[in-house]
Amino acid sequence: MQSQILTWITFLPLIGMAVILLLPKTSMNAIKGVSLAATFLAMVLGTWLYFYGFEQKSLAEIEAARATGDILGAQFVQRIDWIDSIKAQYYVGIDGLSVALVWLTTVLLFVGVIASFGMEKAGKAYYALLLMLEVGILGVFVSLDLFLFYVFWEVMLLPMYFLIGIWGGPRREYAAIKFFLYTLAGSVLMLVAIVALRLDSGTFSIPQLTELAVSGKLLGMSLPANGVLLGMDFTTWVFWFLFVGFAIKVPVWPFHTWLPDAHVEAPTPISVILAGILLKLGGYGMLRACFPLAPDAFHESAFILGVLGVISIVYGAFVALGQSDFKKMVAYSSVSHMGYVLLGMAAFTVWGMEGAVLQMFNHGTSSAALFLIVGVIYDRAHHRDLNGFGGLSQLMPRYWALTTLGFFAALGLPGLAGFVSEAMTLVGSFQAADTRFQVLVLISTLGIVFTAAFLLYAMQRVFLGKKNAKYEGIEEINFREVFCQAPFLFLCVLFGILPYLLLDWMHPSVQNLINILKVQG
Amino acid sequence: MTAESHFLAFDPAQDFKLLFLAFVLPLVGYVIQISVGKRLPRQGDWLLTGGLFATASITVLMFAKSLWAAYHGQEFRHHSGDEAGLWFHWFYSSDTIANGVSNVSAAIFYDPLGAAMLMVVGVVSFCVHLFSIGYMHGTPRYHIFFANISLFTFAMLGLVLSDNLLFLFIFWEVMGLMSYLLIGHFSHDPSSGYFHKWATKACKKAFLTTRVGDTCLLVGMVIFFWKFDTFRFTELWRLSLEEIARHQAVHPGEYPLWMTVGGLFIFGGTIGKSAQFPLHIWLPDAMAGPTPVSAMIHAATMVAAGVFLLGRCYPMFTPDVLNVIAAVGTITAIFAATIGTTAYDLKAVLAWSTISQLGFMVAAIGLGGVVAGLFHMVTHAFFKACLFLSAGSVIHGCHHEQDMRNMGGVRKYMPITFACMLASTIAIAGIPFFSGFYSKDMIILRAWEEILGGRFTGASFFAAVGLPIAAACTAFYMFRMIFMTFSDSYRPGTVESPFAHHGGGHDDHGHDHGHGDDHGHAGHGDHAHGDHGHEAHGHADHGHAAHGHPAPAHAHAASAHASHGHEAHAKDHGGHDAHGDHGHAAHPHESPLPMVVALCILAFLGVFGGHFWLADPVHSLKFWEHAHTWFEESVSFQSLYGAEIGDKLAAKIAVDEHAAHLAHIVALSVSLTVASLGILVAWLIYGRGWERSQRVAGKITHSIHAIYEVVKGKYFVDEALGTAIVVDMKRKDEPRYQPDASVIGASMHFANFLGWIDRNVVDATVNLVGRIGMAFGRGSAAFDRVVIDGAVNGVGMFTQTFGSVVRLFQSGRVQQYATFAVFGGLALAAWLILL
Repeated sequence: MQSQILTWITFLPLIGMAVILLLPKTSMNAIKGVSLAATFLAMVLGTWLYFYGFEQKSLAEIEAARATGDILGAQFVQRIDWIDSIKAQYYVGIDGLSVALVWLTTVLLFVGVIASFGMEKAGKAYYALLLMLEVGILGVFVSLDLFLFYVFWEVMLLPMYFLIGIWGGPRREYAAIKFFLYTLAGSVLMLVAIVALRLDSGTFSIPQLTELAVSGKLLGMSLPANGVLLGMDFTTWVFWFLFVGFAIKVPVWPFHTWLPDAHVEAPTPISVILAGILLKLGGYGMLRACFPLAPDAFHESAFILGVLGVISIVYGAFVALGQSDFKKMVAYSSVSHMGYVLLGMAAFTVWGMEGAVLQMFNHGTSSAALFLIVGVIYDRAHHRDLNGFGGLSQLMPRYWALTTLGFFAALGLPGLAGFVSEAMTLVGSFQAADTRFQVLVLISTLGIVFTAAFLLYAMQRVFLGKKNAKYEGIEEINFREVFCQAPFLFLCVLFGILPYLLLDWMHPSVQNLINILKVQG
Repeated sequence: MTAESHFLAFDPAQDFKLLFLAFVLPLVGYVIQISVGKRLPRQGDWLLTGGLFATASITVLMFAKSLWAAYHGQEFRHHSGDEAGLWFHWFYSSDTIANGVSNVSAAIFYDPLGAAMLMVVGVVSFCVHLFSIGYMHGTPRYHIFFANISLFTFAMLGLVLSDNLLFLFIFWEVMGLMSYLLIGHFSHDPSSGYFHKWATKACKKAFLTTRVGDTCLLVGMVIFFWKFDTFRFTELWRLSLEEIARHQAVHPGEYPLWMTVGGLFIFGGTIGKSAQFPLHIWLPDAMAGPTPVSAMIHAATMVAAGVFLLGRCYPMFTPDVLNVIAAVGTITAIFAATIGTTAYDLKAVLAWSTISQLGFMVAAIGLGGVVAGLFHMVTHAFFKACLFLSAGSVIHGCHHEQDMRNMGGVRKYMPITFACMLASTIAIAGIPFFSGFYSKDMIILRAWEEILGGRFTGASFFAAVGLPIAAACTAFYMFRMIFMTFSDSYRPGTVESPFAHHGGGHDDHGHDHGHGDDHGHAGHGDHAHGDHGHEAHGHADHGHAAHGHPAPAHAHAASAHASHGHEAHAKDHGGHDAHGDHGHAAHPHESPLPMVVALCILAFLGVFGGHFWLADPVHSLKFWEHAHTWFEESVSFQSLYGAEIGDKLAAKIAVDEHAAHLAHIVALSVSLTVASLGILVAWLIYGRGWERSQRVAGKITHSIHAIYEVVKGKYFVDEALGTAIVVDMKRKDEPRYQPDASVIGASMHFANFLGWIDRNVVDATVNLVGRIGMAFGRGSAAFDRVVIDGAVNGVGMFTQTFGSVVRLFQSGRVQQYATFAVFGGLALAAWLILL
């Protein structure tokens, strides 16, 4: 079973989904129980995988694996022929980049199921879709075959569309269709690039493609256009097509506007999953299936990516400051925080890239906590207007305490997880070979100040000051809600104090990635 | 007696563990307190105060070791990683995993400065804890308050002990969080009235203002890391000097530009945290927090951290940076001192005084007087903590009145507080034989040494002239405060003050607090505490009278007092009774035991902290011939930065003997003159009766009306930045005071503008694309309907029509077919023939 563990983790939720579909609509408790069990089992496996199963290989070991055709040094590899006619394989495996995200996904979905118990509207289809979503997300993280990757990418899209479109807020249809079309547009670009890569190389295997690309053999020379199309290199086309596809998911400015709408309309658990893990697929995708497949183009456009990252950071923070909708504010804070991911990756230094990967994880935990926090207040007051509260700390002291922790984790307070990744990203970006990045770092620090500003401004309006008499006797945060937030806040503290619990796993893979990309650049 | 065997010799095997214990105890206390504190007897205050006592004891012991080493001429610089192998690997679990990438590892770095600072933090923080037992007693969120000040202490201890810049920054920021929570303490407590509204904004202001500085520090750190690839102080010092030497080998006399830039960014951190101009704005508003918090922020933590940072980073600063530091420090010193002369709020006077004194320290370091600046930080910590706690005691005694115009004559009622406050005031004013004199004199001396030693720069001249002016103002406003508060007779209600709520609204207050308090205590069966009795007396009796069950509480209070032997207190209590529920009319009263004890400890240290000859175990009582204070004895460039670097740095600021001697005389006479001048003027105006002082002060302010208004308006820095906090108790809604033409106003406008762009440009583009798509879809649909489907239908129609025409021919009659066949054959034949 150990060699198949990734398959088990990925498809356990699918089994759950099948069971749910067989259950009658009315037996809600059974449905909830099955989804809980499926996600819990996946979480157990994911946790086992992270802390026990996954072996921390040294860089030398990973480099040694390159001789056997595996440039990534992936573990738990399973490789079965799938669609022979196009040479697509069922090829899964994980390395230091994906293992933490796999674990985070299983935790998030488990919490997502618990958080959904509070929703009255959620029914059989809801839980089935939620489990299907998990299959899609996990599938993307474990795929090492580009075709499989794409299939999972699309699998994830569909349930999300329905989850927002059916169980969302008043403008859910607009938000859902926007989300769907926007992401689909991106994935069409991806598909074009994937097909082009396949035609040029004859394989869908990501390690193989990476090997070809970094040794300069993936230039589209076997294609009719002979490597140049409309005056632009094949690799540049591939790079931008893939990049835009992933950038939409991150989301990178200016492709971010689907995010606030989707977040505002999505029910709390879906927002949590969306911010917590779906956004990371974009950043992960870039590291796995964009930069390594077109290293030249990546190096050429690194500064542009850095600029986009910084714009996301600063712009996101300012726009968040201008919001009066709690959830929208948190959504824009995601745009800002994910900007660090792009900045760090573009800087192409060990700390920059590691900071970026770490930031993905840490934003997963802190933003999940923030959306849960918003959910708590929305469930009680049925609105999210930041100006419509006041003095809640006197009425809900425990809720306030948790929120404070969440807010300070989000604004990157040292000792909490966000700081480690932001600091690493900034330090790493400052060390970039391209000294223009230093200017970018200086500008991005505006984001640090204004992130604190919008969070504390929100804190002041919602929690401090004069009590709003309307909410006298509002119910204090209940056990289930605390239970949902606790894991994330705990992880924020844990990885803030002991970041090596994440970095030790990532470091060899990131170093390896940099080494193989450097050869070309 | 060998160094190894002596119990005051530093033992790496044991002492790092002890230091770590001292550092971690407050954290443990915090965790316990935050989880079960509310359910502990007395809400756990004893637990944290006890923990702090342990911490303070350890720090004092360790400090004694550093002094012992200093007086034996031994080097005292210890690093837990190098000496005992105690590291905390942060980023990666070991350096082998990091292979090639710098790991961030922290360790304890303990040198004489660290020892002095740690002792200050431990002792002051312990005193603040002790004081809070009395001061905060019976207020809501009592246990949270203790938890927070404990964590605050933890952060400062960590900051002092950390051996690298990154960990210093981590604790620096944690302190920012704690200041946020503590300044905002009253923002969760509606019964605190004025403070409730004020704290709500002040905490955010404090955090964000310091955050600006923190971000600068982060950038500075990043810049130095970029070049040196390390955060460790000892490495940074060494590499900095090497870098300068390398640079000067190519460009003689010049310094690397990047170091200047990086140094300025690091100084930005100090500007924020140590409240230097123009980021000083948060500190006066930090008065919105409870008074013990002010004492913490102004003495042991927060503001001291910024100066400490400068001390730690001094070798990394180029002369340009130092000049900026000196100039900013001097500006701050004068600027804040002048504002201090116009303040009426007792705590505000002290707040401005802190900013001004911080200016002295920063200026000193800018002038190369690192030892002087850090020495002033240490002495200042004691007397300022004492001043704040005394002020808290006065405010507590005067029923939460803070306006000095409503005080007067408090000396009679609070003799101990008066004595402590007076001692500290003399110390801060710079009178010989009181600690503040030694440190302040050293700073002024440093400025004159620069000038007389022939290194005349704009900054040093400015400091040499400006600092004495600030010192004169300091002496003036401090004695103004003493005269206004303690002399003449008690005059409550002279002016209307926003704090009056505590008098007028005493009924609710007493009700809230007294009640909760009583029940809480009854529940725990904990009746024997003096301060409990006091509390029932201070707050509850007003409320109880109104609520109709005064007798038990009073009896109880009286017995509690008796058991602690506070006759004066009990008497006062009786007087109080007679006054019924008029908070205003009640006389001030001396504070309860824990507060008084804390005051006395700090007053003692405030007076003697400068010379401290008792700590000199070798040269017993050679005070007169021994010009060096304990601080100079133990802290020097060499002890701070190691012999090699220290010698170089010391050589840079060394002046010849003649100039040094001259500077000594000048500085001494200047310090003495300005101090006595300030006190004299204060006495002339405020020392001879309240009525007269009002008349004289009125005349003076009238004659310099314009200047007075500007100074009283704090030079309108807050207004320019848009950060002024206006608390209007009469208005129901929150007054919005945020002029558009200010930094904050502009930021908000920019945020709203970007929000508008987001909606109307970025998202609109997306929607436009969507609409174009839709339009294209509709167009396609129309095309489909009309043209394609039209064609299909057309074909269909044609076929149909044709069919129906053709059908006419298909009659099924043979003759007709035969006819068609014949005519057809004929037509075909004709066609063939004719063509």
